[in-house]
Amino acid sequence: MRLQLSRSEQHFLSADLYNQIFTMHGSTMMFLFAVPVMEAFAVYLVPLMVGTRNIAFPRLNAFSYWTYLFGGCFLWISFFLNVGPDVGWFAYVPLSSLQFSPTKRADVWAQMITFTEVAALAVAVEIIVTVFKQRAVGMTLDRIPLYVWSMLVTSFLVVFAMPSIMVASTTLILDRLVNTHFYDTAAGGNVLLWQHLFWFFGHPEVYIIFIPGTGMVSVIVATFARRPVIGYPVIVLSLIATGFLAFGLWVHHMFVTGLPQLGASLFTANSMLIAVPSGLQIFCWLATLWDGRPVFRTPLLFVLGFVAIFVLGGLTGVMVASVPIDTQVHDTYFVVAHFHYVLIGGAVFPLIGAVYYWYPKITGRMLSERAGQWNFWIAFVGFNIAFFPMHILGLNGMPRRVYTYTADVGWDALNMLSSVGAAIFAASFVILLANVIYSRKAGAPAGDNPWGASTLEWATTSPPPDYNFSRIPVVGHRDPLWADPDQLAVVAGLSVEKREVLLGTVADAEPHTRSSSPQPSIWPLITAVTVCIFFIGSIFTPWAVVWGTPPVAVALIGWFWPSGDREDEE
Amino acid sequence: MKQKIVRDIAELPTYGFGPTSVPWWGSMGFIAIEGMGFAIAIGAYLYLQATNQKWPINSAPPDLWPGTLATAVFLASVIPNEIANRVAHRLDLARVRIWLVVMSIVGIGLLIIRGFEFAHLNTRWDLDAYGSVVWVVLGLHTTHLVTDLVDTLVLTALMFTRHATPRRFSDVSDNAFYWNFVVLAWLPLYLLLYWAPRL
Repeated sequence: MRLQLSRSEQHFLSADLYNQIFTMHGSTMMFLFAVPVMEAFAVYLVPLMVGTRNIAFPRLNAFSYWTYLFGGCFLWISFFLNVGPDVGWFAYVPLSSLQFSPTKRADVWAQMITFTEVAALAVAVEIIVTVFKQRAVGMTLDRIPLYVWSMLVTSFLVVFAMPSIMVASTTLILDRLVNTHFYDTAAGGNVLLWQHLFWFFGHPEVYIIFIPGTGMVSVIVATFARRPVIGYPVIVLSLIATGFLAFGLWVHHMFVTGLPQLGASLFTANSMLIAVPSGLQIFCWLATLWDGRPVFRTPLLFVLGFVAIFVLGGLTGVMVASVPIDTQVHDTYFVVAHFHYVLIGGAVFPLIGAVYYWYPKITGRMLSERAGQWNFWIAFVGFNIAFFPMHILGLNGMPRRVYTYTADVGWDALNMLSSVGAAIFAASFVILLANVIYSRKAGAPAGDNPWGASTLEWATTSPPPDYNFSRIPVVGHRDPLWADPDQLAVVAGLSVEKREVLLGTVADAEPHTRSSSPQPSIWPLITAVTVCIFFIGSIFTPWAVVWGTPPVAVALIGWFWPSGDREDEE
Repeated sequence: MKQKIVRDIAELPTYGFGPTSVPWWGSMGFIAIEGMGFAIAIGAYLYLQATNQKWPINSAPPDLWPGTLATAVFLASVIPNEIANRVAHRLDLARVRIWLVVMSIVGIGLLIIRGFEFAHLNTRWDLDAYGSVVWVVLGLHTTHLVTDLVDTLVLTALMFTRHATPRRFSDVSDNAFYWNFVVLAWLPLYLLLYWAPRL
């Protein structure tokens, strides 16, 4: 895309292919990258950080993975077969209705949504139950690591936001396949209903991506400032407040659709209000660094980059929360600049920091620090060169989603600059990838706790055994490994012969049950295959619901039927 | 890291009922998701109603009797459901079998009534936006009815096999819990589908 836009009147991509590519870019980043990668980190880290052996519902986890994989392949194979969606990542009706999108492209988009949302919802439930029930003994609510808090809030956002997009994508497919009239104005339908359903999901989605990033930041800041985070309760309450407010500002995506004055005022006020909890968190992190003895290793550099970029994105966010400004810059590159600052700054920078931070735990080896410093600076400089000019292009009137522009509008220089920045930014990911591959074999051995961090994942070996902990830790402090760096208090009595986890009360993590955790099983894969056939079949014929359901039911029964092993029978 | 054993939990039970079991919390999670799905569907219905001057747009409201009958049966089913839950808590296999069979029959009966509901909606999904949303809302609830019925049938079969171990009684209890959700979700939908177009 940046190659195509680098100069005026280029014909590197056709208009049609450009439409497909920006739709694929948005859909892939939102549905196949941002949410899944955050959940994947949590699937790995949350059980370790709360001190349990396994995530709740590991088979559901397998099902979720396969469903996600099939959904992602479905989207990309469709793209290579020239049925890639071309209606934008939000697929507004009537553009995505049968009349204006007569091919299967919009259906591919809608059903990809169903795949990925099923996967995301399943993981959200697993994380909530793991955090509620499987925490280490004594890990009361106010001792939960901040990253785990952030994933708990995120999971609740997923649970309450994603049903909306599933209703939306299902009704869109029904309109296109069996002539329902949800979005058909001539038969009493309403195109704005789509925008409401989409953004009721779409705005919380931003926080589903951003809140895990803040959790990573809280943990990294504490470790490298060499002191506990200042304002733990403030950060937890900010996360929860962000979660609630996230559901009260979806209409700010619809300011130019014509709203009653009260509605516009309310959603403006809410959009500005949500900056408050984010700001509080930033002040807590800055105070922690101020009072600590910061060690500027790569993870902390990415966190500092996050603060700089995210604050800029937040400032333009407060600007576009105001209806007059939004009306002016709506659908221009100003908005493109804004949300890339928020999403890359708010999620990708913390994520890369998290890769550097937890890679030693996952692999047992350190990433190269020298390459890491290069990685950070090239990413930081490249990002700003790529996206800052877009603010100015937007203010100069350059609209989004155009495949080219004429020379006389004067956008050439800034677009070229932006494209050069994009290339530099891309180079930083090459460094990251090379570092990850090189260090896998050649990195310095990490040991259990290379950063001298305080949370439980560093109490076990690097990489951790499949069962994480042979004995479940007992926690008497918010930073257990700093409270007693020499030895870990543990409970005895949990089986070492079979898969068993310890369940405790929600508030106090007081243990009450030794519960078995299931063995691996082929049935989640079989179920995901049947679901895949059902989903793909049902964009071609409504009868897929009839012949597609029995295999799904059979697979589910096979899944739940006890296998007779010890984990199942006790 | 060096470990120091400070407590022994070997005496704890290996299964529990309700909030002490993991599947119960899983059910709660999916109830939250599906409850939100119902809320969104209700929101879509009310939005379409608010943006149309005439509602229903081109048809008569649904006939009252099938939906009212279904509501009565749903409400009455709470009693055998609760009995199944209580005998499961007592690990009373013989009675669990009886009441699971009863609940299976109740589910099949409600599915038959649901067929009459669809037949008496007085509209089709492809007639207009009203017809579309009515069919989708009723269809969404029917999915839940079918899911719980299949779950009940499988559990019933399971309890007649050698797999009827104590943990399965906890599953019976969770299944009863989920049925209460199916009943509870129906009540606002009944008011919406059958009475909102009559206001």
